[in-house]
Formats: sequence, structure tokens, C-alpha cells
Amino acid sequence: MINRREFIKANAVAAAAAVAGVSVPVAASNLITSSDITKLKWDKAPCRFCGTGCSVNVGVMDGKIVATHGDIKSPVNKGLNCVKGYFLSKILYGKDRLTTPLLRMKNGKYHKEGEFTPISWDSAFDIMAQKAKETLKASGPTALGMFGSGQWTIHEGYAAVKLMKAGFRTNNIDPNARHCMASAVGGFMRTFGIDEPMGCYDDMEAADAMVLWGSNMAEMHPILWTRITDRKLSAPHVKVAVLSTFEHRSFDLADNGMIFTPQTDLAILNFIANYIIQTDSVNHDFVNKHTNFRRGVTDIGYGLRPEHPLEQKAKNAGSGDSSPINFEEYAEFVSTYTVESVSKLSGVPQDNLIALAKLYADPKIKVCSFWTMGFNQHTRGVWANNLVYNIHLLTGKISTPGNSPFSLTGQPSACGTAREVGTFSHRLPADMVVKNPKHRKIAEKIWKLPEGTIPAKPGYHAVLQNRMLKDGKLNFYWVQCNNNMQAAANMMEETYPGYRNPANFIVVSDPYPTVTAQAGDLILPTAMWVEKEGAYGNAERRTQAWYQMVSAPEGAKSDLWQLVEFSKRFTIEEVWPEELIAKQPEVRGKTLFDVLFRNGHVDEFSLDEIPDDRLNDEARDFGFYIQKGLFEEYATFGRGKAHDLAPYDRYHQERGLRWPVVKGKETLWRYKEGSDPYVKPGSDFDFYGKPDGRAIIFALPYEPAAESPDVEYDLWLSTGRVLEHWHSGSMTQRVPELYKAMPDALVYMHPDDAKARGMRRGDLVNLISRRGEVQTRVETRGRNKPPRGLVFMPWFDASRLVNKVTLDATDPLSKQTDFKKCAIKVVKA
Amino acid sequence: MTFLIKRKMKSLNTSMALILALFCFSAHANAATNEPVATLRGKAEIPDQSKPKRIPKMLNTDIKQARNYPMQPPVIPHTTRNYEVNLNNNKCMSCHSRQHTQASQAPMVSVTHFMDRDGNFLAEISPRRYFCNQCHVPQLDAKPLVENTFIDMHSLMKQKTSNNDSTKH
Repeated sequence: MINRREFIKANAVAAAAAVAGVSVPVAASNLITSSDITKLKWDKAPCRFCGTGCSVNVGVMDGKIVATHGDIKSPVNKGLNCVKGYFLSKILYGKDRLTTPLLRMKNGKYHKEGEFTPISWDSAFDIMAQKAKETLKASGPTALGMFGSGQWTIHEGYAAVKLMKAGFRTNNIDPNARHCMASAVGGFMRTFGIDEPMGCYDDMEAADAMVLWGSNMAEMHPILWTRITDRKLSAPHVKVAVLSTFEHRSFDLADNGMIFTPQTDLAILNFIANYIIQTDSVNHDFVNKHTNFRRGVTDIGYGLRPEHPLEQKAKNAGSGDSSPINFEEYAEFVSTYTVESVSKLSGVPQDNLIALAKLYADPKIKVCSFWTMGFNQHTRGVWANNLVYNIHLLTGKISTPGNSPFSLTGQPSACGTAREVGTFSHRLPADMVVKNPKHRKIAEKIWKLPEGTIPAKPGYHAVLQNRMLKDGKLNFYWVQCNNNMQAAANMMEETYPGYRNPANFIVVSDPYPTVTAQAGDLILPTAMWVEKEGAYGNAERRTQAWYQMVSAPEGAKSDLWQLVEFSKRFTIEEVWPEELIAKQPEVRGKTLFDVLFRNGHVDEFSLDEIPDDRLNDEARDFGFYIQKGLFEEYATFGRGKAHDLAPYDRYHQERGLRWPVVKGKETLWRYKEGSDPYVKPGSDFDFYGKPDGRAIIFALPYEPAAESPDVEYDLWLSTGRVLEHWHSGSMTQRVPELYKAMPDALVYMHPDDAKARGMRRGDLVNLISRRGEVQTRVETRGRNKPPRGLVFMPWFDASRLVNKVTLDATDPLSKQTDFKKCAIKVVKA
Repeated sequence: MTFLIKRKMKSLNTSMALILALFCFSAHANAATNEPVATLRGKAEIPDQSKPKRIPKMLNTDIKQARNYPMQPPVIPHTTRNYEVNLNNNKCMSCHSRQHTQASQAPMVSVTHFMDRDGNFLAEISPRRYFCNQCHVPQLDAKPLVENTFIDMHSLMKQKTSNNDSTKH
């Protein structure tokens, strides 16, 4: 940047030289044109933020990122970025980047109540290994755990799963995607038997109607919103319906905007099914050939601690059971969801409900449904997902261009890493699960490990991890690539006491000193984004890879390097029992690094495959092209099993490919003959995730929320995100332009609700629940306009932690927290 | 037009204030280890919190800010309160559209905004660019919590040219 004095001086020199007719040295000229100086090195990478998966061009000069912009060649974003994406260049350069491990110490030794003290990487791994080994000896593998991320690269997630599930033999690994996507996964598995959307983003340009169910795409998926806006405004017949519990920016494009009472989306979905049946709009041919009907058990509880009165009261706590029914029984089940009753329950006018239902019922309208956290962060999240598939299946509006029930993801690799790699406590790669002995056997074979290595019992999921930390059952805990102290619900009763429990040793890897780092015992400085090679998978099954483009700050290391380097600290005898070692004696005396990563697969590709001018700190450190080895080993899980990935090298050439990639060709619409090579010839549609090729239409009712407003706690609280900040704000709050656009998390409130409490815009208030309180200021005229009785507060702000207030109720099936509904009061501070 | 002149006068005063502010700015010190490390929390322990500052005012100087790189969408140097951008109306374009910039003296939207997904130029801005607020944001009068050390490519080039000059002479 040029300052004012330089500006005037340069211009004066140039002007004088021009008058004298002489040329000036380059430094004094006001324009540099020499190509060896102005040249930028450009490369492609997927954006670091949301699940849209925009491709970004990254410009590097002298080892620094100096510019980023939307990649014109990417089919996802065609040259566009949102405001966060345009400022990617600056997320690496917060002045407080961590560059040395920090350990809580007193008198030169680790102490739980000590002060953070810089130590070397070697000492950091010493204390980590010591704590892990002590824990293993004292309490066994179930006392070890890891909390990972949908922002991990595919390689990192895969290395972490291997290290935890096979190395340490614990299934206590879960990603923050549990907070984000678990209900979507549960819905896909229950209805289709296979995860992830059947359609793709191309559906947006083909649709006649688009319905947003609990998704504020205008802020949370801005580039997909540009595609919807493009379609809607350039084709005037296209309708957009938006449903939410409060008015937000996505309503700006809506023909039919609907505010419903929290939790009643379940009833609205059943009303639409009823309307389709009552108006004789069922596609009977499709339904008869390609679906089954089942009735799910009800009264399944709220995923709270088992001693909670709500769990004690629930008849079928945690049950996902169901039994077969026929179409008539299903029709009778939904018949009580009339427009009158549902309008009364939801608060949505009857005309709006009917207009919405017509978009699905009319066979001439191609309709897309989109949802994110409104459905997924829901104590009946799996049900909500099942119910939206119902209305697409009843009408056969699925798997064809423009007909698409589409679950949007929140994180850049929630699909690619958390779901496809299977970094959940119950999963393995390619939709396999730990409790299935055949699946474990397949994984053990690919990993060249003895049978019985992977434990059969699912581990602790995200919410359970925090409870087990608090209860002292989980004692060695490593958090990578997320900020769960800020993100998880009921912080004061569960997360914080869990991390600070003296029985536990908490390691936090992060580029920046986050709230979670603050709550930990050892902080590891971490490389980010294009400071390492990686790959992400976006919401439309698109896998995208990137090269390392710049070096991380001296001292910071990638999550991948940390995971693999740490594995060198353990001999197999220290982590496996003798009877397991005896099954494969050649592992004796080897380290976990040798067994997991020098196994003939992961170390298969030499450094010669990496061009000399390319950075790749991890590969050069380990001595082999570890990213390619990890990817190729991982890809063997899905090839030939409807999860086919292309050869790794191809992803460096393409702007991503949508799996299954069969015979070099990506798949746009799954389950439809002609576009999906896995569909049985002659079947037209084939939902091959289920043994009989039929998807399931579920009879599931409306059930109330875990906690609703009452006399004392008289308001609904919904939390969520904002356009300018990515999740907890640890990257974007350090970009001055983004910070200044949205510096603080305010509580958005209806002006009449404020007035009734004697409050005005800007007043200091406390939000108080049964669990904790948070202080902020009132916003009555912001971009979010809640109805009376509901307030909204975003969670990006590290200085005002709204999760001190929220409730850790989860969907009992998906174990995903409902961050959208709890009861609070707001009082003047 | 008097309206415009007034806005410009106000801008000049504010720019002088900004220059003064630059001189007063001191570098952010690294957090000492005996204090909480979470730099965005204002030194509060996790169970506590620091008192939320007042809602900052939106900057309304009309002074263009330099971009960090050519492709960066410019930030909005004026308030956008009550600006409607919805199905019926796009308030931003009442000044920034090609037809209106002569009267408004506002910068015209970039030519890229006329391109559709396939790179063809349309006669009006592309609907995919309709919601200006997805890329362009106003700025509030808030002091960043942490300094950002991003280096402008121009600074890097200047370093190189001065290095070249000093080796030549």
C-alpha cells in the first residue's frame, strides 16, 4: 500500500520528469510494468469456507498470497465468490497466528492450572504421547478420543480415522459435522440406504420452483443463491418459496415467504403429502415400482442425558425402528394433517400452505427442495429429512434435472471428509459402519491389519464426548480443525467443565488462539488451507484437490503432519493387546507409523511424482507422496461400490468431479437410468442403496420440541450464522473488512417484543436460559426480522458465547444438536 | 447537485481525521502467556465476558477505500440503511447502474456484472449479480480486534524494484 506522502512524492517526480522529457528510475515511476516483477503465480483451490465448494484462483507473489478471486472455469461458481471468498487472501495473515506449541505449565512442568508456555514440537509430542499412554494403561482405548472436522482435508480425515480406529483401537472419533450434517446422513440412510444427494447444482437451472426449508441460502450459501436468483429472475415463471421461523435475507426473492412456529415444519411436510393424496396427484406408477411404505416408532425422546425427565418419559427413547404399511394406511396416517389444522398449528395462512403444496402436487412443475440447519439441527432432524423425501417420492419428482430434494452442507468437506471418509464414531469409509462385521473385515483387509483390529462398538459422538469428558470417562482428547468450545451447545454445564476436568488432557490444534485453544491444555500451531496440499468434497458430490501454494508460518504444521508424526511415538506393543499382535506377528516391534502409513499403500508413490517447483512440506518430510498414497488407498473402499473416485492426479487437473466417477465420467443424477451407470438396465429408477431397489416413504408424526417457551422463559431462541463470518469467526473476524462489516453478534428482536420489555435498539441485555446467560445488545432493525416471541443470535462472536445459553438436546437418531430451539428470557442488563 | 457537494465536503474532513488516526495507531502487542490467549475475547476468562461495546455507527464518508487487490469487491463507503434489494426493487442500482452514474457520480458497476454464467455480455446486469450485498458490504466504525499482516502486492513489487535499482547503481 502506498501512503499519502509517497503518493505525492511519486507524482511530483513523474510530473517533473515528464516536463523535462527524461525517463526516471523504475522505483520513482508511478507504474510498474516489467513482467518479471508484476507476474503472479496463479493456482486453483476450493474455497476454505462453506459446503458450496466454489473454486478460487489464488495469486501468489514472493511466497505470499496477494489475491484471490472466483474461478471462471469452475462449473460451481463461474467466476463468482461471496464476500468471504473474495477475502480469502487475508485469512492466513491474522497477526496472532500461532507459531509454537503452548503447554499449560507450572514450575517448568505440565500443570492443568498452569500458564500457557511455549515449548518445542518435540516436547509437545513427548507430553502428548506420555498422556495417551498413561490413559491407555489406566482405562483402555475408550478413554482416548478425537474431535475432528468437516474442514479437514480428505487426507487428514482418512489418516485420523486410521490412527484412531485401527491404531489406538477406539471409535471415539467424531467430526463437528455431527452438529451440521448428521440428520441429513440419517435421512439418506433411512430412506435410500446410501448417503448424499442424488441430484446436483445443475438442478437449479432446470427447476420451475425452488423451496427453501429452514435454509437461509442468501447468507449461508451465497453462490448457490446467485444461481437460484439467476434462474428466478431470468425465467419469470419460476417460483421461490421460503420457510423459516423468522424473516431473513432469502425472503427478498420469495414469491411465497412463510414464517412458521418452531418444530411445525414436520406438520407442514405431512400436510403437503396429504394434499398430494387428496388432490389425486400421486404418481402411482412411480410409487408402485420404486417405493415401500413404513411406519416409524414415535415418542423417541430428545437425546438428553438418560436421567433427564424427558428421556425417562419417552416410550421409545432413541429408537429408529419401523414396520411395513401400505399406501392406504399411509394415506390415513397423513389425513389428519389438513390445511385447517396445520395452519392453526404452524401459524402459516392456509393460502400460503396450499400455494406451497401445489408446487409439489402439480406434475408440470419441476421442483427442488433445499435445506440446511433448519432441518438438520432439529430434535426430529432425521424425520424432517425423511418427510421431505416423501413428497418427492409420492410425485416421482426426483433424480431428474430440476426435480431434486437437495440437502446442502455447511462445511467445505462435510461430504468429502466427514461423510465419505466416515470420520463419525459409528462409520468407516464408503458408507460402511463399525458394527457390521463384514464392513470391519473389508477395512482391515484394505489396511492390511489383522481381523479384530477395529472395535465393533460405536464410539462417543460429539455431544456424548463432551458429557464423557465431564464425567471423567474420556481422558485424552485431541481437537483438530474446529472450535467446539464455542460451537457446542450447553457450554457451561457440559463443554467447559469437561475440558477443564482435572482428569483430562486436552490437545487443540489450530492456526489461531481460539476459545477452544484457551480451554485446552496443549495448543498445537497449525498450517491452514493452501499452506498444505489437500482435497475437499462439496455438497453435490464434487471432489476437488489443490496443491500447497505457500509455506505455513515457521513453526506451524498441518493437521496431517501432526497426525502422522504423532503415530511414530507408539510401538504396536504399546497400543495393541498380545492376542491381536499374535495374529500378525510381523507388526511386532514396529511403530504405528510403520503399520498404518508405511504399509506399502500409503508410501507407494515417490517424491518424483511431485514437480520440483511444488511445495509439499508433508511429503518431503515423510519421504513419500503421502497425499497421493492416502487418497489412493482410501479410494479402494469406494471403487466398484457406487462411490468411485477418479485417479488422484486427475483431481489436480479438473475443477472437481462428481462421484461416482465411472470409466472416467462423473455422475450428475444418481438412481436414474441413463445418467447413473449403477442403475439396473430396464428399471428406469433404481434406489440401489436398498436391497430391493426401492426407497422408503415414512409415516412419521409431528412431535413437540424438547423445550418451548413458558411463563418465565418466554421466548424462543434460534442461533445461526451470518454472511460475513465463517462459523465461529476464527478466520473471518481477523479480516478487517469482514470484521467491520459485522463486528458483533447482536440479538435480533421484534420491535414490539423489545418495547414490551422496555428496551430499545442498542440496549445492553442478558439472554438467560435454565443453563446460563450471555450479554449482548438489542438489534430491532437488522437484516433478520423475527416474529414476536422469537429472538435470533448468531454464534460467530468469540466475545459473546451464545452457547452458554443453548440446550444440548439432540435428534435421538442422528445425535445432532437442535441449535434452533430453546426457551430463554431477555432482561435489561 | 448541492447534495453531492455537501457529501464531498464531509468526506474531506473525515479523510483528514483518518490520516491523523493512522499516525496514532500503535501495533497490537502479543498476548503475554499469563493472560488468556483467546485474542478475540478481550482478555476475559471463558466463563466471564467483557462488556459488549456500543453498536458502532455505519461509516458514511463516501471516501473510496483502496482495494487489497484488483479483484476485490469494493466495500461500500456509505450507509445502506433502508436500502431495499428484493424482487421489486434494487436501490443500489438507482445510483450505480450505467444509466444513472452521470447524475449520481457514483461508480458504475464493473463490466463483469453484465456477464452471464457463460461469459456472454447482457444488455443489463446479470441476474446472478442482482443481490449486491452478497459481495459488497458497508463498514462499521469498529476497530479490528487483531491486526492483519496481509501484504499488498504493490508493496512487494516496490521492494523488488528498489532492490533492482540499488543493485544497478
